[in-house]
Amino acid sequence: MLGFFVRRIMVMIPTLLAISAITFVIIQLPPGDYLTTLVTELESRGEAIDQSRLQFLRETYGLDKPMIEQYFVWLGGMLTGDYGYSFEYNRPVADVVGDRMLLTIVVSFATIIFIWVVSFPIGIYSATHQYSLGDYGLTFLGFLGLATPNFLLALVLLYFANVMFGTSIGGLMDPVYMDAPWSWGKMVSVLEHLWIPVIVIGTSGTAGMIRRLRANLLDELHKQYVVTARAKGLSPARVLWKYPLRMAINPFISDIGNLLPQIVSGAAVVSIVLSLPTTGPMLLDALRSQDMYLAGSFLMFLALLTVVGVFLSDVALAMLDPRIRLEGGANR
Amino acid sequence: MTADRLDHYVSTAPFDPYAVEHMSPEQERYYMASQWRMMWWKLKRHRLAVVSGVVLAVMYFTILISEFLSPYALDSRHIHHIYAPPQSVHLFHEGSFVGPFVYGFDYRLDMDTLQRVYTVDRTDVQPIRFFCRGDGYDFWGMIPASLHLMCPSEGGTLFLLGTDRLGRDMLSRILYGTRISLTVGLIGITISFVLGIVIGGVAGYYGGWIDNVTQRFIEVLRSFPELPLWMALSAALPVTWSPILIYFGITLILGLLDWTGLARAVRSKLLALREEDFCTAAQLMGASPRRIIGRHLLPSFMSHLIASATLSIPGMILGETALSFLGLGLRPPITSWGVLLNEAQNINVVALYPWLMLPVVPVIVVVLAFNFLGDGLRDAADPYR
Repeated sequence: MLGFFVRRIMVMIPTLLAISAITFVIIQLPPGDYLTTLVTELESRGEAIDQSRLQFLRETYGLDKPMIEQYFVWLGGMLTGDYGYSFEYNRPVADVVGDRMLLTIVVSFATIIFIWVVSFPIGIYSATHQYSLGDYGLTFLGFLGLATPNFLLALVLLYFANVMFGTSIGGLMDPVYMDAPWSWGKMVSVLEHLWIPVIVIGTSGTAGMIRRLRANLLDELHKQYVVTARAKGLSPARVLWKYPLRMAINPFISDIGNLLPQIVSGAAVVSIVLSLPTTGPMLLDALRSQDMYLAGSFLMFLALLTVVGVFLSDVALAMLDPRIRLEGGANR
Repeated sequence: MTADRLDHYVSTAPFDPYAVEHMSPEQERYYMASQWRMMWWKLKRHRLAVVSGVVLAVMYFTILISEFLSPYALDSRHIHHIYAPPQSVHLFHEGSFVGPFVYGFDYRLDMDTLQRVYTVDRTDVQPIRFFCRGDGYDFWGMIPASLHLMCPSEGGTLFLLGTDRLGRDMLSRILYGTRISLTVGLIGITISFVLGIVIGGVAGYYGGWIDNVTQRFIEVLRSFPELPLWMALSAALPVTWSPILIYFGITLILGLLDWTGLARAVRSKLLALREEDFCTAAQLMGASPRRIIGRHLLPSFMSHLIASATLSIPGMILGETALSFLGLGLRPPITSWGVLLNEAQNINVVALYPWLMLPVVPVIVVVLAFNFLGDGLRDAADPYR
């Protein structure tokens, strides 16, 4: 177990390094470094440029050095909590971000819980009542859920909420708490607003999970040991719970690797439509104004979120399923 | 000795060693059918996939003649009909048959709310004309023409799906948008198909460290959340590029990040197939790796690849729609469904003029159709099951 743990972490480090390299390349993609952008921006506003400040920025971020060195300066900054400088907000990135990242984690986590809670009973029902009316209906709903892009779903929900109830369902908390420090009331307010984005983001994931659980469970149910169990007179519920379900439930954890990038992607767009105070809208703003340091740290954060999430799911899976850690490593 | 032998029957007919293997014509047709033919038979039985295929074929056909099908040109503006609601087609006017027609609008600006109010004028009958001369256009960008499938009556209007904030006909714009939205997926999948086969093929055929490096690289790419990465890359496209360059840039981005799944499928198949005897035989005869991969290995699972490619087209169409919706993708005058939806971003506008959301419908239809067709193809790709 410990060996698996260590091996898994060793795999994670080069992955993160490669991700950071790609992110850095993306930051550098727009023509000119960000000081030239800053200068043109200031000039367009008719402000004077403080040469000493320019010099200061150039030195802190090593912009006069070669690209490779700049990358290491940036990487070192990331590790020590210095995420660069947002010239859009004229403040260090770390200050701008605030608790947006935390809220992103909250939304993603809640979505995963939602997917589990919803797809579990539906998947079991679909598998045990194969080709029944309910199964067909649920399968069709699942297809629809897979096909509807979640930002469109958000838009449609917004529209109906607006037309039918005359309310706006956007936002993640009561406006009162917008800039307030965390308190009990704020948390309750967040929880009250959480369910709509969670449903919207979770729809396609739920649909996929139901299909997978159904397929897995059907595979198990057709195996001989199930027939044996039934033949010796176990109750249907016990036949289902004792082994097939436990075998079929693996994707709930192992699929987080596929699910998480999808959820984080979905969350980014949905939060733009629903104007949630998460990383999505700010990422869009940063990209629009080519505020690449801010955008880069968001991208890095979102990738980090997925990598760590996948790591956690791998560890959980290894603990639950002995087959995984036995075969791990060498020839993967 | 001869006495205890039993009598036995000896046929005098000439011996035909293939007698058992003779097949009826139907059997012959079945057993001798090529892999593609069997796929086709199997696909035909999958109703939903066939219907989806037909829907897609029709939609792809319309992009050849979008100019002819749409009542107006892409950018013809009607300043007196801004945010006009959809007009419905009627057949009977006051109990008598007139043929397809629409009622005209009365337009008034509500001075209190500054809202445009359109009321249907029940006396103003405007018959729709068919195969008529309307807005001029260059057919396929080359041949000047003005023929339309249907146009408004002289001096009348025909906004079957309403108009947008510049008074442009939504139906025409959706029809024109089909052209861009549907081709984005095709070009993107071509890029990702080529990349996936080449990279996955090399990794699977050679194995070893090449395989290792590609696998790690694919893992890294896959751990990025797709959409934010697409957003970042398309935001990095230079602002000085022309809209058509941006279009190709976006398709390139969509294709460049999508090949990983395909490459993995190719790799795992190749890893197994390269151990087969026919592959060793080809190697011994001195075939080049390129020939072995392309001629001997790939065809054996091409059908699977095509099925999975069909399943990943909708992802690209959705990706483009999302990017354009957010304002990071295509730019006018290039019009896709996402660009049209961009106008529907503000919920207050949508609440007043809900028909701006209509481009959602073709998006969902196309994505569903591709999913069903892809599922059908995937099942059909394994005809022996």
